[in-house]
Amino acid sequence: MGNSIFVRNRSVPIFIGVLALVALAVTFLSPAYGTGAVSVSFTKILGMTLCLCLAALAMDLVWGYCGILSLGHFAFFGLGGYMIGMWLMTARTEAVIRANLAESPIPPTEGEVSQATALQIFSVVGAEDWPWMWAVSDSLILSLLLVMLVPGLLALVFGWLAFRSRVTGVYLSILTQAMTLALSLYLFQNDTGLRGNNGLSGLQNIPGADAIGQERLSVWFFWASALALGLGYVGAAWLVSGKFGSIVRGIRDDELRVRFLGYPVEVYKLVVFTVSAMICGVAGALYYPQAGIINPDEIAPIASIYLAVWVAIGGRGRLYGAVIGAAAVSLLSTWFTSGRAPNVDLGFYEINWIDWWPVLLGLGFVLVTLFAPRGLAGLFDYLVRKEDT
Amino acid sequence: MIRIALAALAGVFLSLTAPLPTHAQQTDGPDLQSILQDNSELVANASRRTVQEVLDILVDSRLPEVPAFLTAWQARALYQRESDGLFVYVEDPDADALTLIDITSGEGLGTATSREVRQLRPNRGVQSVIGATLVGFQLASDDPAVRLGALDAIEDDPEERHLAALEDLVATETDPDVLERAELLLPALVIAFSDDDAPRVEAIRSLAGNISLTARRTLNPLLTTRTEFAETLPENANIARELSPGSDLLSVADAYDMLVADGLAPALIPRSDQVATLAANIVDGEVGGVPVATLNTESARDRAYAALVEAGIAPPAPTEADIAQSLGRFVFFEVYNERSAAVTSTARETLDGIETRVGFYRFLDLSLDGISLASIYFLAAIGLAITFGVMGVINMAHGEFIMIGAYTGYLVQTLVPNETASLAIAIPLAFIVTFMAGVAMERLVIRWLYHRPLETLLATFGISIALQQIVRLIFGALTQPLTPPDWMAGSVALNDVVSISSIRVAIFILAVLFFFALWLILNRTRLGLEVRAVTQNPAMAASMGINPDRINMLTFGLGSGIAGIAGVAIGLFAQVVPDMGSNYIVQSFMTVVVGGVGNIFGTLVGASIIGAFQKFVEWLNPTNTLAAQTYMIIFVILFIQFRPRGIIALRGRAAGD
Amino acid sequence: MTAANAEIKVGVLHSTTGTMAISETTLRDVMLMLIEQQNAAGGLLGQELVPVVVDGASDWPTFAERTRELLTVDEVDVIFCCWTSTSRKAILPVVEELGGIVFYPVQYEGEESSLNVFYTGAAPNQQAIPAVDYFIEELGVESFALLGTDYVYPRTTNRILEQYLLDAGIPQENIFVNYTPFGHSDWSSIVSDVVALGATGEQVGVISTINGDANVGFYNELIAQGVTADDIPVVAFSVGEEELSGLDTEPLVGHLAAWNYFMSADTPENEAFIAAWHEFTGDDTRVTNDPMEAHYIGFQMWVAAVEAAGTTEPDAVRAAMYGLQVPNLTGGMAEMLPNHHLTKPVLIGEIRADGQFDIVSQTDPVPGDAWTDFLEDSAVLVSDWPGLGCGMYNTETETCVQLQSNY
Repeated sequence: MGNSIFVRNRSVPIFIGVLALVALAVTFLSPAYGTGAVSVSFTKILGMTLCLCLAALAMDLVWGYCGILSLGHFAFFGLGGYMIGMWLMTARTEAVIRANLAESPIPPTEGEVSQATALQIFSVVGAEDWPWMWAVSDSLILSLLLVMLVPGLLALVFGWLAFRSRVTGVYLSILTQAMTLALSLYLFQNDTGLRGNNGLSGLQNIPGADAIGQERLSVWFFWASALALGLGYVGAAWLVSGKFGSIVRGIRDDELRVRFLGYPVEVYKLVVFTVSAMICGVAGALYYPQAGIINPDEIAPIASIYLAVWVAIGGRGRLYGAVIGAAAVSLLSTWFTSGRAPNVDLGFYEINWIDWWPVLLGLGFVLVTLFAPRGLAGLFDYLVRKEDT
Repeated sequence: MIRIALAALAGVFLSLTAPLPTHAQQTDGPDLQSILQDNSELVANASRRTVQEVLDILVDSRLPEVPAFLTAWQARALYQRESDGLFVYVEDPDADALTLIDITSGEGLGTATSREVRQLRPNRGVQSVIGATLVGFQLASDDPAVRLGALDAIEDDPEERHLAALEDLVATETDPDVLERAELLLPALVIAFSDDDAPRVEAIRSLAGNISLTARRTLNPLLTTRTEFAETLPENANIARELSPGSDLLSVADAYDMLVADGLAPALIPRSDQVATLAANIVDGEVGGVPVATLNTESARDRAYAALVEAGIAPPAPTEADIAQSLGRFVFFEVYNERSAAVTSTARETLDGIETRVGFYRFLDLSLDGISLASIYFLAAIGLAITFGVMGVINMAHGEFIMIGAYTGYLVQTLVPNETASLAIAIPLAFIVTFMAGVAMERLVIRWLYHRPLETLLATFGISIALQQIVRLIFGALTQPLTPPDWMAGSVALNDVVSISSIRVAIFILAVLFFFALWLILNRTRLGLEVRAVTQNPAMAASMGINPDRINMLTFGLGSGIAGIAGVAIGLFAQVVPDMGSNYIVQSFMTVVVGGVGNIFGTLVGASIIGAFQKFVEWLNPTNTLAAQTYMIIFVILFIQFRPRGIIALRGRAAGD
Repeated sequence: MTAANAEIKVGVLHSTTGTMAISETTLRDVMLMLIEQQNAAGGLLGQELVPVVVDGASDWPTFAERTRELLTVDEVDVIFCCWTSTSRKAILPVVEELGGIVFYPVQYEGEESSLNVFYTGAAPNQQAIPAVDYFIEELGVESFALLGTDYVYPRTTNRILEQYLLDAGIPQENIFVNYTPFGHSDWSSIVSDVVALGATGEQVGVISTINGDANVGFYNELIAQGVTADDIPVVAFSVGEEELSGLDTEPLVGHLAAWNYFMSADTPENEAFIAAWHEFTGDDTRVTNDPMEAHYIGFQMWVAAVEAAGTTEPDAVRAAMYGLQVPNLTGGMAEMLPNHHLTKPVLIGEIRADGQFDIVSQTDPVPGDAWTDFLEDSAVLVSDWPGLGCGMYNTETETCVQLQSNY
């Protein structure tokens, strides 16, 4: 199957090749395995960018191929992060507690260790007991499963409710936005068990990997992100090719006609939506250990809108478009907001990019939607076609 | 209330300072300054708990200047010279060089800089104690305003000696206002301080059905209880009820702690103490014969501890049975702090009646809050509903139009200081500004995207973040004040329970006006007819000679203009900040979705449902406001299941796609 | 490379965009002013101070990312950072890993002491506890409404205060706790609930840890319902001169705030500081506030410590910090304690009609306590970095609980 997709879709081998080259380049420029020209923090930014690209890929599946503009995809991304975050916090804190209690004259009971760990984690929200959703947080394998299952389940339930009652178009977009807002407000509450506004922090300290150091860990996470993106790309390309892909594209172009042809439109939409949510969950689970902290702000509606905008700028309906858009805009954004972009002195006014970047970005969306509806990838296609003729 | 009192007192201060020098020499004994110097610390660092001492000395001295001095001290007009600790007044506290004035003679004592004297600032607690002392002087004043001020001071801080003074006043008072206040105040003092039960019971009865805070504040303290225990129920105590340990009102642990505190039962030994005892008795890697390494379970620890008890090393921990047996020997009960059963039972009865009425008014108050919230949602959402309904586009920058309206109001207010006038200018101006902005946006962007509604959403979102940042660059990120006119500052209160701020009433009226104005425009004008035609079938409308382009532009302008006015209204009670729009955008969408698009009735119903629902959840869980918003959204998502097109669904362009 | 060595880099990490920009932009500006003043006075160790200003964008992961960049890419010698506790908790793992020095200027909830952070704002015992004492002692408050924004500072502070009030004999039913989201504006029912507490006949007081612009709606609702400081006094821990500038303060006269600094403090140091601030911003109406004083003290201390150590190397600077004294702007000296907190006087101010505060109570300097004495779990903990080499030392078991902080 894998071979056929490499042959059928020319972008797949090219994309994998480019991704491998980037991964190699970063490795040879990293401080741990190469010259050190790329700093640890930049390695992390690149790794995080790959995760965002993966989320954009998932977004492109639902929007570009299935015509569902989801403005709540960061809810799935964030949930993935929370699921792995619970394990990271529990395991790290428990190790600290065990090391500390080992010094006491009477050996601690398991109950005491668990209680002390809970107190340590939840004292910032004034609690000392384990909330129910942390039940499996001591098991890495179960947590990894939840990374895909929880976002998938949320997408399944939400999608079933929405698609069943034939909510489409702008309505659906608003509903997905409401979903992510409700989730973020829910998580903002201190009592709901995920540390409220504090979120989960210190996630970059991988339990049991203290001796390895962030220099090597950052590269390892970069590789993992690149691998996930590569697999995600191949998987997505496979999904949208063939008969399944044709039907999904048909739903995008004319849902009624596909329905009248006898296809269960809801099932197709639900499958794409759920798969996309699960990919987002994986992307989030890789992203937050690199970012170090996750809190409910991360899944505020605006983040999901940005995701849609990246896809729009990159060019939807093309997998590489989504990736290009996410990478370009998020890296540019980082560069401008970090204060590294030189200020422009107009004589009468000095443009400070930290202040002006949001304006530029906002107007950029407008210009892209107006003048390049197919995004950067559309531009790319146009050039390629010109060469061909 | 003290503010009014202070104003009144300032009058006394002025009228009493003038004749002072002549009286000053007439008394024997120490003069005012030396009394103050003797109690220098108590005056300079006055505290609520200790100031009474020096006040009593001052009153007992019968010096004529004492009332004026106390008034000045209370009003923070007393200063102390750093160099020698002399207490002085100053002539003009804002001058660069302060002119010092003797507190008795009123003569000048030269000048000093602000760092050479210390202004004595008695805090509010001290001020109210001084006020209570001044009451005696003030009730005898000829000026009714001063007497009224004294009554305020009594209400703030009632004391036993005020009862007699107030009874005298009620008997002799001629001014109707003062008499009314005094009569209102009297029952509270009778109930609190009278020695005789009969007038107290009568005073309590007189409060029946009175839901005012003062009445409840008078009755509730009579019903305070304390928990006690004894071997049998005492006969002569005014007992509220018997408690059984382990019930909701008294946990077993609390009851047992009471026994332990009185030495009637052995103390419980907490787990941590037991572990410490184990740790202290480690012998050759074992405790009581149990190896230390195996002490990592509770049962092993219990065995080891039991062994220590056996060996007489550790005290035995009481078992459940021991605890139950100890508790069984006593009865636990709540006893009223008030000794008279007649008073407590009448108070209970009266208060129960009051509470029922209060419950009803609470509900009314909550309903008013719900209506107010609904009118805010309505104002914020109606513009969106119109553009969405007519044109089928979602304007993500709608919130920013609200923000621009609020900033327009702020800007007008900086230019026109009169708040009422500035508001009268700001409302139409905000409409014009946002109308133009809306038209510009429609012409430049939205017009090109009519067949791509999802992309309109993204483009308008881009405009939204750009607008937000531009406003932040111009006005800064700080909150800007948009002050309502004075006549809007207070609240409309039916009684102490039901009240609603005037701004919210004004917003409600504005929402009603908007509703009717829009209804008239849409149903009784040519424009309205054309708008409805385009909403229902643009192609047909166009062939009937209506120019849909023009209608779209005007509708969009209208929707945006309404958002601008909503912004002025919202800015009056909430904060004016660059990102204020994003607080309302999602709520507005929800309102539109619930109500159904393109229909002002729908928006009204949607806003009412959402406002009522949110207040209802808040009422269920008043300590957590975030939960209300979360459940509201979940409610909307579920609601869509049953009415995917909203409460009032339209047929037409918006319903078609 | 030699040119780069001739300068000392000072990292300034505050949000200049996003929701926290409202508070943090001023702190960035005051740091630029202090650095400019120091350079005008000849720099430090004969070298010029160069500010490296980066934007945290009110986003906690961004704070962590920027901190890593400041320490590894820009190689700054010190960082002045943050406002919210969440942003501080976000950068903690990074500075503890890379070993920098951070000055944190805002009052916070305590229960933390990191080797790498100097806390120049108030710990709970330097702000919250004295304010509650003032309520009980001076205003005779018997029933407390603890209103806060829903995040870690109000949560932890209220937890400490609740225990403190219970210990002081206030019954549980007289303590009303409510949390609202950031930027909350619908205060009508909450204020009604607070007013209704007065029905028991006890004096009600509000302890407000409401943060940021939500205060506008809260105070406006108080005004609208006619609640004055005599009926129900409000003491706020997050409302200073800056926040009041967005309000009509006339009806708020008499409500309180507890801080370690008020702009109205009448001392020569404060006068000079305000004058310099007005000159730097070119605006005579700009106000100063408590976190600005904290940055002022922190910066002076760091300068003094670098001069004493003769280097900017973090370990040497840290060793020189302990016991250092610099003048407070409100009079008296601030001393850096072994637990990385300061001694600070506690000031209680009543709001005046002009938006300033009347200082009605000023204590002697109080030593900041990293671990509160009023919670069972932390009463046994102390922090003493130079003496015990530990920020979380259990005095009962006499062990160091952990060297890294909780985050």
